[in-house]
Amino acid sequence: MNILLAILVLGSIAAIFGALLGFASVRFKVDADPIVDQLDALLPQTQCGQCGYPGCKPYAQAVSEGEAINKCAPGGEDTIKKIADLMGVEVQPLDDSHATGDTPKSNRPKVAFVIEEDCIGCTKCIQACPVDAIIGAAKQMHTIIIDECTGCDLCVAPCPVDCIEMRELPDTIHNWQWDLTSIPVKQLD
Amino acid sequence: MAFWIASSPHNHNHTKTPNLMRLVIYATLPGVLAQWYFFGWGNLIHIGIAMTTAIISEFTVLSLRKKPISHELFDGSAFLTALLIGICLPALAPWWVTVIGTMFAIVIVKQLYGGLGHNPFNPAMAGYVMLLVSFPLQMTLWQPPLTLVAVDLNFTNTLTTILTGFTVEGYSVEQVRTSIDGITMATPLDTLKTNTGLGLTVLESIKNPVFGENLALGWEWVNAGFLLGGIFLIARKAIAWQTPVSFLISLFICSFIGYSISPDSSASTMFHWLSGATMLGAFFILTDPVTGATSNKGRIIVGLLAGLLVYLIRTAGGYPDGVAFAVLLCNMSAPLIDQYTRPRTYGHIKGDK
Amino acid sequence: MVESVIERITRGRFWDFHGGIHPPEQKFLTKNKPIKQLALPKQLIIPLQQHIGREGDLLVSIGDHVLKGQALTLSTNPMVVPIHAPTSGVISAIKMSVIAHPSGLSQLCVFLDVDGEDTWRKREVCPDLAQLSNHEIIEKIADAGIAGMGGAGFPTHIKANSKADIKFLIINGAECEPYITSDDLLMMEQSNAIVDGIKILDRLLTPTVILIGIEDNKPKAIQALQQATKTIDKIKVCVVPTKYPTGGEKQLVQILTGQEVKSGRLPIHDGIVMQNIATCFAINEAVRHDTPLIRRVVTVTGQALKKPQNVWALLGTPVNFLLEQCDVENINNEKQPVIMGGPMMGFSVSSELVPIVKTSNCILVPSKTEMPSAFEKESKEVECIRCGQCSDVCPSQLLPQELQWSAKAKDYSQLEKLNLRDCIDCGACAYVCPSQIPLVHYYRIAKAEIRQQQQLDLKAEKAKIRFEARKLRLEKEKIARQEKHKKAAAARKAAMNKATPEAEGAKSAVAAALARVKAKKASKEQTSTADSPSNSSADNVDDQKSQVAAAIARAKAKKKLKEVSSDKPITNSETVNSVAEVEATSTQQTSPEDKKAKIAAAVARAKAKKLSKSTETTDKASANEEITEEISVQKTVNSDDKKAKIAAAIAKAKAKKLKNTASISDGEKQSDDAPIQNTVNADDKKAKVAAAIAKAKSKALSKANAKTAAEEKVEASENDNNGDVLPDGATDKKAKIAAAIAKAKAKKKLKETNAVEENNQDGV
Repeated sequence: MNILLAILVLGSIAAIFGALLGFASVRFKVDADPIVDQLDALLPQTQCGQCGYPGCKPYAQAVSEGEAINKCAPGGEDTIKKIADLMGVEVQPLDDSHATGDTPKSNRPKVAFVIEEDCIGCTKCIQACPVDAIIGAAKQMHTIIIDECTGCDLCVAPCPVDCIEMRELPDTIHNWQWDLTSIPVKQLD
Repeated sequence: MAFWIASSPHNHNHTKTPNLMRLVIYATLPGVLAQWYFFGWGNLIHIGIAMTTAIISEFTVLSLRKKPISHELFDGSAFLTALLIGICLPALAPWWVTVIGTMFAIVIVKQLYGGLGHNPFNPAMAGYVMLLVSFPLQMTLWQPPLTLVAVDLNFTNTLTTILTGFTVEGYSVEQVRTSIDGITMATPLDTLKTNTGLGLTVLESIKNPVFGENLALGWEWVNAGFLLGGIFLIARKAIAWQTPVSFLISLFICSFIGYSISPDSSASTMFHWLSGATMLGAFFILTDPVTGATSNKGRIIVGLLAGLLVYLIRTAGGYPDGVAFAVLLCNMSAPLIDQYTRPRTYGHIKGDK
Repeated sequence: MVESVIERITRGRFWDFHGGIHPPEQKFLTKNKPIKQLALPKQLIIPLQQHIGREGDLLVSIGDHVLKGQALTLSTNPMVVPIHAPTSGVISAIKMSVIAHPSGLSQLCVFLDVDGEDTWRKREVCPDLAQLSNHEIIEKIADAGIAGMGGAGFPTHIKANSKADIKFLIINGAECEPYITSDDLLMMEQSNAIVDGIKILDRLLTPTVILIGIEDNKPKAIQALQQATKTIDKIKVCVVPTKYPTGGEKQLVQILTGQEVKSGRLPIHDGIVMQNIATCFAINEAVRHDTPLIRRVVTVTGQALKKPQNVWALLGTPVNFLLEQCDVENINNEKQPVIMGGPMMGFSVSSELVPIVKTSNCILVPSKTEMPSAFEKESKEVECIRCGQCSDVCPSQLLPQELQWSAKAKDYSQLEKLNLRDCIDCGACAYVCPSQIPLVHYYRIAKAEIRQQQQLDLKAEKAKIRFEARKLRLEKEKIARQEKHKKAAAARKAAMNKATPEAEGAKSAVAAALARVKAKKASKEQTSTADSPSNSSADNVDDQKSQVAAAIARAKAKKKLKEVSSDKPITNSETVNSVAEVEATSTQQTSPEDKKAKIAAAVARAKAKKLSKSTETTDKASANEEITEEISVQKTVNSDDKKAKIAAAIAKAKAKKLKNTASISDGEKQSDDAPIQNTVNADDKKAKVAAAIAKAKSKALSKANAKTAAEEKVEASENDNNGDVLPDGATDKKAKIAAAIAKAKAKKKLKETNAVEENNQDGV
């Protein structure tokens, strides 16, 4: 009898609280940013496709649906960490198959550069560029809009004459990071 | 000639953390001397044991953490912690109490949290509280002022008592602590607490010889010594004045209210100021910058809070003195207080973050 | 408000700012010696950019002889301040050189070899300012290249040209940095010229009151200025207590007016303008004497010098020249810092060739005894003990110790919350820090990183937008293309069913399309033997007339093949003009004319071309309109002769296209012509076949010795009407292209050969 009573009491308590929680979850629903948008905001927006998806948003979509979080090569460890935080999963090292050969050795941003003598004006790089950062017309020399280039690397492979290479942006007084140790100490005699 | 690269500012006012620590250590001298004069060698011996322990444990941990030893070993912070522990301990407590307390303070409270600057709690007080909780018997081995002690407590006798529990002549600690008229002595605060607990009024209690002529025999002078040292530190701008001042004011107000409401069961304001560890806490412990609040407003709040806590623990708590507990509680609340007392930045309207 | 401030100031009472420090002033080293005129250095190095903003356009080139005061750059933008030749001489080089910047990086500099003559350009002295309009005065200030000489280097003419209602004009003579006495000396020696400059500013800005803020450690300067402003009620000389950093803009505003400049805003928003003493002097020189900013007072000081003093230095004077003039001691000290600016905010220069610029007010060469911390190689930094001395001295009332932790942890959002951006880099916190933490350096790094992060975020945002836009565009183009083809097909059908005169036009379009297909076939016949020409005529559209026309057109195209190279070049415009009418008549009459066939072929090619280029999409229902438009498109695009490449590119493009979008009309028709493939699942197959054909073409092209094959084939298939091409100029280009293609092939061959062959077999 006692056991029955206990079960009854506990059961009803559970039912009441369950109903309460259910009600609360409906009533006080928080319209947070959809997870895809939050993920998209964490990605570097290079649109490079190294993750195997045609751009950052599709990859964000895929991650929200359970894709591995370690496929963003341009974002590197930092981005993986942030995504892991957001998704509440373990941080994983960058997937090797998605890392390009020359990824982060130096932090210096890189942009594509067209060796203009060699360009034949095939427009293939233009078609490859995810952010329309290459200008040029058929049979006209092409050039990169440095400010728009995300350094995604995608234009390098399609070039039939290998006239595109990735170059580091030079240090200027505008992007100098106060690295005093990089200044050579000058010796005067 | 080479052009040397450095970041501005190129000049510095040449103050250094070790100097600051040294200054604080010097400032404790009047209090320590008063302690020696009224209570004998006990605390000086404990200070010595504590300092030795501190150096050894600091050295061990620093080498384990692969830190620059010469740099940090002599920055003075470990010495200061050891000094404060030595001052606080009952003069006749056994030597291993000091060793354990100091080791706990240095290794666990300070170094395990990241070393100087990263410890959330004042090491000396955390060590003291640990001892108080773990070894309540040993931590009540207070020694009455020399004038009330029957046994001649010279240096050798004190030393042997601390090391073995017996004087050279073979008196046990208990015998030493027993006064001429055969009553075991405690601190004035302790006595007061016990007596009020027994239903005696304050006026009846202070007839006990430990209270002496004025408030608390010996203790009043020790406190006066620390007050002097504290004023010296404030004058040298080594500590901020806000914390001690607000602490003392807070304690004064609390005890004044208590005394006004029930003079029979409450000690006077001056008794609260000049007995126990009040002055030491006010000027040397609460002002520890690492564990205190950083903004001026925050410091005032911490002082007020500490005063209230000390009074509450002394009157309503289970322990006779509450400075150590109050300090730890304030340490805990300091980050929160800092969070809410950020000064208004130039060019920002109040409330407009 | 203003009145109460003035009243308070006349009583000599000022406000105070939070914190501040009193570092050893050391001004006695130089303050009692007059400003020295120096001999001319041998070479001047004049950076193009000496201010906040951008560099101007160069007006001179190497080898030019320039006169003193002659402009070297041109300002094309208000944020650009021109530079001038500080003396006469010859420009020996224009190259990158280390500039006066903490980074020690290089920027473009003009190297001027001094000729020693010091010849002025023609100057127009203006004795009477009343004749000048305000606009002219501002013009003069801008042309003289004046930028704030206190340190920041903000273009002065912008500040002087504000339209806002100005309450306070504050002249900053505080000079709170230790060691520096250049403004002090200038005030002593040139007080009248400074006051004249202030009067000019007064006229431009019409402030309610002018306040000159001077620290009380400059009694002589105060006296001189009081003397000079005795008769002017509006100007008040305010003697403020000495405290670092009183001379900070925000701090001086607070001291003199009691107001705080709101975070992220400029004082001008609150009706306050601040100018430096030296800037006022330069304004007077520029407006009255037509003297551009080519020299300034520089304090050369420090106990490592035997003769510390203030000098008139020409802009561009290298630091080593100044040091020589002041006798450097301890020359063999291994690591002697040379600081440009004061000890608190100056930066150490990395080269002896760093030139004096408009903002350099001091060169400090301390001895080891007076400033040991400047010589230390390793940082003596120890852990922060939260002593709070830094926040006690911070003039911005920040919490430097908390900032420091967040900066080390790279917690940029927390730094934002703690208002790092309100830090003025004054260095007071680092000066007092007992743990010797280089706080300001941490903040600078954090600020630079935050700035970069913001730029990256902006860039990422932009990239995202561009990516989305591109995706949308590609999507739209695809839909538009499909739509167009659908419509065109519908129109065709409708037109053919009707027998109205308009339908004739449509029919002719169909005829043209067919002709185009034929032309293509013709070319195909040559490349792949598998394509039998008989197929094309076997099964066709029911319209007899157009079929005939097409057949004739094809015949013509074929016939023309050989003639084409010798054919008289026809201009493109001609083609365009003649297209509509000629075509219409040609198809109606079915009279075999060379021209018609050619046009038909042209149209065909234009179509092919257009489809290969996905950029030009218009949704036109009428086929005739389309044709004309396409030809015009072709005219613009195809202005050059790159036949071989075109052939290859088109073939590839077609292949690609057909694979992707099977509904393209081209594909349709091709399969119509080739009855072998008219099976049920036409779409897939069609595409495949088309791709195969294209591939085959391109393969044949590559195989048959690129150069000649390409030439012939292109001429055959589509050059019929390529009237504007220049056959003679084409050859070398062709060679080049051939080489490029060869290169491309080399890259792709391995991969591609297999695929092509496979496809080829399938298709055939």
